[in-house]
Amino acid sequence: MPLLEVEGLAVDYGAIRAVRDVSLTVEEGELVALVGANGAGKTTTLRAISRLVPVAAGSIRLGGRDLTRLRPHEVTTLGIAHVPEGRGIFPSLTVMENLELATWLRRKDQEGLRRDFDRVFSLFPRLWDRRHQVASTLSGGEQQMLALARALLTRGRVLLLDEPSMGLAPVLVKEIFSILRELNRQGTTILLVEQNAHMALGIAHRGYVLEAGTVVLSGPGPELARSHRVKEAYLGR
Amino acid sequence: MAIFIQQLLNALQLGGIYALIALGYTMVYGVLKLINFAHGDIFMAGAFIGFFLATYLKLPFVATLLGSMVLTALLGVTVERVAYRPLREAGAPRMSLVITALGVGLFLENFTRATVGAEPRNFPRLLETAAWDLGGVALTSLQFLIIGTALALMLALRYLVRHTLVGKAMRAVADNPEILGLMGVNVDRIIIFTFVLGSTLAAAGGILYAQAYPVLDPYMGIVVGWKAFIAAVVGGIGLIDGAMLGGVILGSTEVFVAAYLPSTYRDGIAFAILILVLLLRPTGLLGRPVVKKV
Repeated sequence: MPLLEVEGLAVDYGAIRAVRDVSLTVEEGELVALVGANGAGKTTTLRAISRLVPVAAGSIRLGGRDLTRLRPHEVTTLGIAHVPEGRGIFPSLTVMENLELATWLRRKDQEGLRRDFDRVFSLFPRLWDRRHQVASTLSGGEQQMLALARALLTRGRVLLLDEPSMGLAPVLVKEIFSILRELNRQGTTILLVEQNAHMALGIAHRGYVLEAGTVVLSGPGPELARSHRVKEAYLGR
Repeated sequence: MAIFIQQLLNALQLGGIYALIALGYTMVYGVLKLINFAHGDIFMAGAFIGFFLATYLKLPFVATLLGSMVLTALLGVTVERVAYRPLREAGAPRMSLVITALGVGLFLENFTRATVGAEPRNFPRLLETAAWDLGGVALTSLQFLIIGTALALMLALRYLVRHTLVGKAMRAVADNPEILGLMGVNVDRIIIFTFVLGSTLAAAGGILYAQAYPVLDPYMGIVVGWKAFIAAVVGGIGLIDGAMLGGVILGSTEVFVAAYLPSTYRDGIAFAILILVLLLRPTGLLGRPVVKKV
């Protein structure tokens, strides 16, 4: 059984059907990329999984449990860790306060938290240096690291990442991608949404190509990266 | 000089009460961006609940204070659940929420008038009043108690909002409620908790107010509520420290104007201060200037 299973998902934004028919699976330990042009429905698919938008049709299951009727905090409790588009840090809180809020569900697990904080700070040493700084003063790359660190601290079973490369300088994009690959190697299951299709498929086990709210292509990451259709989808034709 | 210090004590007493009520406005505004215009009437309800506890159950001061805080919190949560949350869930425009808040306030006033009656009630004196002479300045035990209770409650609240996880969650709602949900926090619960805190402090304000100025009527929450709201805005709405500072400034203005000018000028000057502060600092004394992002 796949860890995350989306079947026939449809989502409406008012009168517009933004996602028509998306089916995808993510196995435990996999890194799966969801690529496609602007407006193809990638972000909406992630937002449906974490229950930020209503589902019009289809089903979403995590470890066999149906998520479609739950609310966002309940989905997080079950193990979805979503890093939304634009990072979604709390700008007026400090770095440390941002991280602490991610421990809400496990605030009694002092022992485990200490270990996880150590891990997060060794992964992102810059966050340690800036732990007392208000989050809005961080650079774009640091904000992305904070959002990632926060998602790790919720100890989700699946990490949903929405455009982690957005607005970052190429050097930083490389750094973020190598961190994602390393996290996955250490066992974190990741569903990665990216406009930067080439890079995303390059590190993914498998990929899905989304066009106008529908999955049009899927297959092993590196193979998809070479396909003609991907270049078309990425450029939006 | 002694007269000045005397007036300063009076100012702190009144300002502390305003500050307690202003905190409720500022906290709800902080998490929901809603100006809860029913809050002054929650203060009135707190005073009346205390009146019934003290008069009919003959409860002593501390029990009256705590009892009123608990029951008023229940009232505040009910208002949120029945009147505000359905609108929020329907995605109603903010203006509808503000109008609803005004409606809730009018309802509370008229419901109180219909059930309790419009004639003023006398709040029983629950405390023996002693007075100490401090070099020409008279400090009454009542004054000491009011200032002390207000200060203790404010410091407790300040600690809670700054240093506890639930306080951080309250600040995070103000930043981005959607993301807070993704952290696994039930945002509705944080909002309920905010109403509990605000109503609790309003009830405490009501009881302290009734000890100092023991005449209650169903409309007492209007002017006091407006002034507390002004205090919150003058200090910088959404800011805990701002509400405290604003409360003290407003209380001082009133007391000193009444002491040195004809007392009919009192409210006019208080409201003029609001306008002046906002002209000079649109986001309040402690508010950060608005930065427009391009």
